[in-house]
Amino acid sequence: MNYRYCNPTLLLLMCVAGSALAARTDITVGMVLEPPNLDPTGGAAAAIDEVVYANIFEGLTRFGPDGSVRPALADGWEIEDEGVRYVFSLHPDVTFHDGSDFTADDVKFSIDRAMAEGSTNAQKGLFANIDNVEIINPEKVAINLKQADGNLLFNLAWGDAVMLDEASAGDAATNPIGTGPFRFDKWVQGDRIEMVRYDDYWGKPVKLDKAVFKFISEPTAAYSAILAGDVDAFPNYPAPENLAQLDADPRFSVVLGSTEGETILAMNNAVPPLDDIRVRQAVAHAINRDEIIDGAMYGYGTPIGTHFAPHNPAYLDLTSKNAHDPDAARALLKEAGHETGLSLSLKLPPPAYARRGGEIIAAQLRDVGIATEIENLEWAQWLEQVFKAKDFNLTIVSHTEPMDIGIYANPDYYFQYDNPELQALMTDFGSETDPEKRTGMLQQAQQMIADDHVNGFLFQLAKTGVAASKLKGLWENSPTQANDLTAVYWDE
Amino acid sequence: MKWRSIVPGASLVLIVVSAALLSYLWTPFDVATLDIRHRFTAPGAEHWLGTDHLGRDILSMLMVGARTSIAVALVAVGIGMGIGVPLGLLAAARGQSWVDELIMRGNDLVFAFPSLLIAIMITAVFGPGAVNAIIAIGIFNIPVFARLTRGAALSLWTREFVLAARVAGKGALRISAEHLLPNITNLLIVQGTIQFSLGILAEAGLSYVGLGAQPPVPSWGRMLAESQTLISLAPQLALFPGLAIVMTVLGLNLLGDGLRDWLDPRMRRER
Repeated sequence: MNYRYCNPTLLLLMCVAGSALAARTDITVGMVLEPPNLDPTGGAAAAIDEVVYANIFEGLTRFGPDGSVRPALADGWEIEDEGVRYVFSLHPDVTFHDGSDFTADDVKFSIDRAMAEGSTNAQKGLFANIDNVEIINPEKVAINLKQADGNLLFNLAWGDAVMLDEASAGDAATNPIGTGPFRFDKWVQGDRIEMVRYDDYWGKPVKLDKAVFKFISEPTAAYSAILAGDVDAFPNYPAPENLAQLDADPRFSVVLGSTEGETILAMNNAVPPLDDIRVRQAVAHAINRDEIIDGAMYGYGTPIGTHFAPHNPAYLDLTSKNAHDPDAARALLKEAGHETGLSLSLKLPPPAYARRGGEIIAAQLRDVGIATEIENLEWAQWLEQVFKAKDFNLTIVSHTEPMDIGIYANPDYYFQYDNPELQALMTDFGSETDPEKRTGMLQQAQQMIADDHVNGFLFQLAKTGVAASKLKGLWENSPTQANDLTAVYWDE
Repeated sequence: MKWRSIVPGASLVLIVVSAALLSYLWTPFDVATLDIRHRFTAPGAEHWLGTDHLGRDILSMLMVGARTSIAVALVAVGIGMGIGVPLGLLAAARGQSWVDELIMRGNDLVFAFPSLLIAIMITAVFGPGAVNAIIAIGIFNIPVFARLTRGAALSLWTREFVLAARVAGKGALRISAEHLLPNITNLLIVQGTIQFSLGILAEAGLSYVGLGAQPPVPSWGRMLAESQTLISLAPQLALFPGLAIVMTVLGLNLLGDGLRDWLDPRMRRER
């Protein structure tokens, strides 16, 4: 009797003890936007890289959590012929998820494919300086450049330069097959993407055996998903107003880091009245950045005075050039002949920085005599009306690509800034290899766009990550668009 | 005795309407001025209903927001009546003819669509804003009034006083205007009140999804939408606009019910 009673209890106890010892090995990561496809070499959307970078796909080099360039599929490299030839030694025994070997052929195929005439690669500029790829042997490959370029290793670390296999590259948009530690499992459109551990991974084995990326666009839904434990981490949490609350909760940890997102009040430089620098300067002086960062982002953000990331060593603090000065703004408007006031359209995409920031900026502009007509747009409408058709006066958007000051050298870009001097400077910058001179040129460009008041420079977006407090190894900063799960584990 | 719901109904409506009218002359604070340092103030002596996430006074926002809600709903009901009633009278006058068929099947067509979805579609196509919201809500009031008018007018056409008017040589147009319309006014007032409350809800719904009046014009629906992530931080942000909508809709429904019973001749006899 006693024996029979005891046995199941013991068993139960053993089960409980066993499960308490084993740490969880799965993760659900929340993301605001769903990627349109899963081929990082065939689309510009940041969400693609945020799912596949370093998890499914890898390149010859890769970005570390601090933004440094590290070896990945290439073990090492030698720079020959005064910087115009890079010889890479590839890591041996690397296989794609379908079992085929990764060799020098795949390197040549991937780079040739990205460089090709009809390539849909969103960052073809990364490969513009490559002359050809030369296979030396299956484990050695050389990249010959048109001219010496210190940026090659950086360029090859981008998600747009990852390695694909010729046999599976065509289907990468829906069935990505890479060399990374996770293998694509399934994609439930509109809901989630699942991946599982790839057991034959060449590198350090990952601790997770399953990862799910769940797409939640509503800030309210994101908040409840975190609270309910439906997602374990939200690396770019969309509702900054909840962060203080989540931080105070011992179940969650809030990690603040830097991103490459320069948030700007973009102005249409080609259309009156903003083609007049005095009007643009008036708008710039009407803006009170601290109020916007506080009011829209609950204090999360760093003021910027030009289009450049403050954590970059080449950054210049130019916030004094366009400091908040309503009197100066009114005087400039008077000088430009807009004493009686003027009215501008302000088109706002969905994120909180734009919607809430827009209401604050509208109030600040009204204070100096500029009326705004706010229109809230969905992303698709914003891309259509503002980004493509350039039908706007003002808009608010965050430019999250790293080192993207080059967009100011493109007169066709949506804010339509056309300055031949800056265009020449950026062309020279592309061929300059001396690091000190390059820094000087970047600073000159920052000065130029600040002096021309091309846009209203607001703040650098902060990376506001929320995760279960026992979850370790997520990136603190966003040096590139990625949610690298290779070092993530549960500490229980 | 049911008609007594007129009193609470009318009082609630009166409060909302007078708050809206008062806002043209005075609000406790300016709704256009942001005061981010004093955001999320709890209800108190200075800000009676507290402040929102940008430091604006919630009471002032509600007062100005009432203007938008009432204006949109009122004009929308006006469109519905202005077009629907003449259509209904015409259909009744030409009863069982192709004109009647055309009008009523056209109404069925509009009626068959879920109204809020179509309103969303209209504002999505022609752009968000108060004017498009009015048109969208107005269109869906047309069949409601057309059906009601046709039904009531059709039964009146067989009555002796109409026959007398016809014998006297009056045309269908004069009969409709002079004899039928005055006799269905009661019905129209009651239905108008109910449609008005539905219009308030529809406006709030459209603003909630961002297709109604655009910021910085305050609107109840948008106040609710913006309060979503803040509900645990500052519940007053969601509570008060929600109460304002409930109060207005409840008031209008009570008023409509009371009016129906009061204006109904059968009920009158019981009094």
